[in-house]
Amino acid sequence: MEVEKRMDGDVLIVSVRGRIDAVTAPEFEKRLMESIGAGEKAVLLTMEHLEYISSAGLRSILAIAKILKTKEEKLVFADLRGPVKDVFKISGFGSIFTIFDTEAEALRQL
Amino acid sequence: MDAPTGIVAPAQLAYLQRMLDFVVSFTEKAGFDLKRIREIELCVEEALVNIFNYAYPTATGEVELTLLPGPENTLEIRIQDRGTPFDIFSVQEPDLDADIEERRIGGLGIFLVRRLMDRVEYRRDGDRNILSLFAKLPPPREPSGG
Repeated sequence: MEVEKRMDGDVLIVSVRGRIDAVTAPEFEKRLMESIGAGEKAVLLTMEHLEYISSAGLRSILAIAKILKTKEEKLVFADLRGPVKDVFKISGFGSIFTIFDTEAEALRQL
Repeated sequence: MDAPTGIVAPAQLAYLQRMLDFVVSFTEKAGFDLKRIREIELCVEEALVNIFNYAYPTATGEVELTLLPGPENTLEIRIQDRGTPFDIFSVQEPDLDADIEERRIGGLGIFLVRRLMDRVEYRRDGDRNILSLFAKLPPPREPSGG
């Protein structure tokens, strides 16, 4: 699991690649927690290169989302692929979060 | 499919990857498509992590994973431990319509297992939890050549 971050205006873009499973989820959550609070108004998680996510990863995302909510920051997603897209759909994350097809589309809308 | 094949490991997160690799390698050879392999891998992870977290609260224990032919042309993934009784069907499904603040953290893994596997069975046999995940086997590949 690798995390890359950059700012685009006041949007913090975090790209995650590899696998978020029970082993890597704590590291993913830690890296994300360290990244927020840089003055961003929204966090965009792009998942083009994320191959796999299990419920441990979903729990990390939910934990971050709850924190961002208290800071009145948005958390949105882009570029979900294959199994990750399916897991989001089945677990209902597709309806509690805003998911864009592409990063560009997300940045236009934010 | 051939005779049962399996792996026994301590019920600890450090052994997760090894056990998942074992299942992925087997399902690749069995001809499952990549999407289904990922789904099976996910379900096995969820079942194992649950055992790692809850089966042995005071001592260390083992988990045994066996792959064997199931009924009606399925692969059975049988996962056994000798820990605290845990019936996967006793877990309440998460409220998928709850919003971010109300959404409970937890229960999702078991929900995914129940949704993604073709069939799930649990039984307690003596001091064992026996969880069986069934996945329909892919159709046999066309024989190559005459």
